[in-house]
Amino acid sequence: MVEEPPLIEAKDIYVGYKTYRGVMKVLNGVSFYINEGEKIGFIGEAGGGKTTLMKTILRILPPNATNVRGQVIYRGKLDLMRISEKEMKRIRRRGLSMIFQDPTSALNPVFKVGEQLMDIIKYSRLEEGIKLSKGELKEEALRLLEEVKLPDPQRVFDSYPFQLSGGMRQRVVIAMALVSARELLIADEPTTNLDVTIQDQILRLINEIVEKRKLSVILISHALGAVRKMTNRTYVLYAGDIVETAESNELFTNPLHPYTKALLEAAPKLTGEGIGKGIPGRIPDYVNPPSGCRFHPRCEYARERCKREKPPLVEVKKGHWVACWLYVKR
Amino acid sequence: MASAFSRYIIKRSAYTLFSLFGLSVLVFVLARVLPGDPARIVAGPQAPEEVVERIRQQLNLDKPIPVQYILWLKSVFHGDLGYSIYTRHSVTLDVIKYLPNSLELIIVAAIIQVVGAIILGVASGWWAYRWPDNIVRAFAYIGISVPAFVWAIILQLVFGWWLGWFPVQGMFSEGVTPPPRITGFHLLDSLITGNFVAFKDELWHIFLPALALALGPMAQDARIIRAGMVDNAGKDFIALAKSHGLPDRLIMFKYLFKPSVIPAVTVMGMDIAALLGNAFLVEIIYNWPGFSAYGIAAMLRKDLNAIVAVVLVIGVIYAVANIIVDILVAYLDPRIRYLERGE
Repeated sequence: MVEEPPLIEAKDIYVGYKTYRGVMKVLNGVSFYINEGEKIGFIGEAGGGKTTLMKTILRILPPNATNVRGQVIYRGKLDLMRISEKEMKRIRRRGLSMIFQDPTSALNPVFKVGEQLMDIIKYSRLEEGIKLSKGELKEEALRLLEEVKLPDPQRVFDSYPFQLSGGMRQRVVIAMALVSARELLIADEPTTNLDVTIQDQILRLINEIVEKRKLSVILISHALGAVRKMTNRTYVLYAGDIVETAESNELFTNPLHPYTKALLEAAPKLTGEGIGKGIPGRIPDYVNPPSGCRFHPRCEYARERCKREKPPLVEVKKGHWVACWLYVKR
Repeated sequence: MASAFSRYIIKRSAYTLFSLFGLSVLVFVLARVLPGDPARIVAGPQAPEEVVERIRQQLNLDKPIPVQYILWLKSVFHGDLGYSIYTRHSVTLDVIKYLPNSLELIIVAAIIQVVGAIILGVASGWWAYRWPDNIVRAFAYIGISVPAFVWAIILQLVFGWWLGWFPVQGMFSEGVTPPPRITGFHLLDSLITGNFVAFKDELWHIFLPALALALGPMAQDARIIRAGMVDNAGKDFIALAKSHGLPDRLIMFKYLFKPSVIPAVTVMGMDIAALLGNAFLVEIIYNWPGFSAYGIAAMLRKDLNAIVAVVLVIGVIYAVANIIVDILVAYLDPRIRYLERGE
């Protein structure tokens, strides 16, 4: 059997942001892949570059992004970083979709939900050569709002985003993502800005939809339990570097990188064993990032070498990769 | 929704009436407490004291100011702004005669201002930090820092005298018959009467002074639109629109433009209202037969009723512009429309 190329394979991605203080060097050579039908997770502190990575794949980085380098190979043939904007639009309309972190800022504040949704449907269907009438667009929009289990879709259709609750807005964003999600759904912290009771509902909804539509998924979340349950493989991103990756079960039971260990320990446990240790310090300044391993200023095992050289990502066990000098045999 | 919106408009209008009332009191009193005796000015320096006294009584100037104000207000409600103590003409008729000429100038200037600001602002915001933006920003700095009357002189010199593309002054060329007075707005009147020669001739005359008036506010408004576009371009709702592959045109002119233009609308409206004030000097430079000559003459002669009328007319124009702006902003921004009463 010929091995299928990955759905998406990102190689050595670098991204910076222009600021008044200088260029923030956020992504520092990130590589990852996702196979067709696979579900992968990304974990790591806020500000680690997860959202930037996802926006790079879809080529929707904000205008101040700079020094964008690397490759995003789609199905082994197209490099999404290099194809024309026109081709990229086709792929966004037909295949890839993203659920945004904050449903409040992801919806345009001055247009009704229905209008925004209808525009998205319109161009997605046009890509398939189908021109829908206004009535058909509305029908389709209402159907999608129902699919994401919004009560009273007609009212939501006629509402402005600020008239809806956070959970409802996120359902709207999911409905939008469903329009063009045929292959890959990127869920970027879909529950971070929601109430705890709503978080679970939204995750269930995403899971249900993904199963039904047989989508590949990239799930970014601070809800580590959810990542463990919902994904096959997990990447740990710290300050723009992949520091560890393994099958999700392996990673969560047997973390190797000091950062992963600390991150998993920092998560509060429902069992009430008290609050975790936490990680001292915070995500580094990207304008002047630390030399060598970007985690070394916060790492209790840091040695001289960590300050000088960036550790390579090496396979320590089968399928379990770590970027840490502790695991490099000399 | 309709009721929330109409309640909003009614409330705004009430505020406006109140501030107009305040303005009228202020101007009325100011015009009377300033040094200079209007009765003496009317009578002339040689007139004997009894004549001056008689004129003072005729003009009600011997009564206390509150009484004068109430008498004046009464007649204003009958559409009578009083008589100019200098020309002896009805001030109301003077206003009707001169104001349309100025309004015409201002409306043309406002159109140039708004259209120019939107084109420049959108281009500058969409191509932020690239060459279209750099050109617009350079223009904006100059546009804002040079006052309208300086633009008026520069444009008159370059395009009027040196290049000769536009007439240097006046409203109509010699030999062109102005249209008969129907609305008082000559452009409109010439269209109504089908006098396209006069219409084109006046457009040709009005262009330079209108442009001179428009450049400053245009530059300012363009900058505000640009700032909004640049700010919103980094927002997630634009990333979302892009992530679904919406066409650039649609994002630029709909999803990015609308939220970005809302903050500019308020400024644009005030800028348009301010055009009337700026028009004073520009009208003199271009010898435009507008409200300004009348207003300046009234001030210099201490022509009480005329001064109050001029200031009040400007106040009304500001107030109307304000209401229109508020309604427009509420129309564009649902958050204002719905949340005004904490819905």
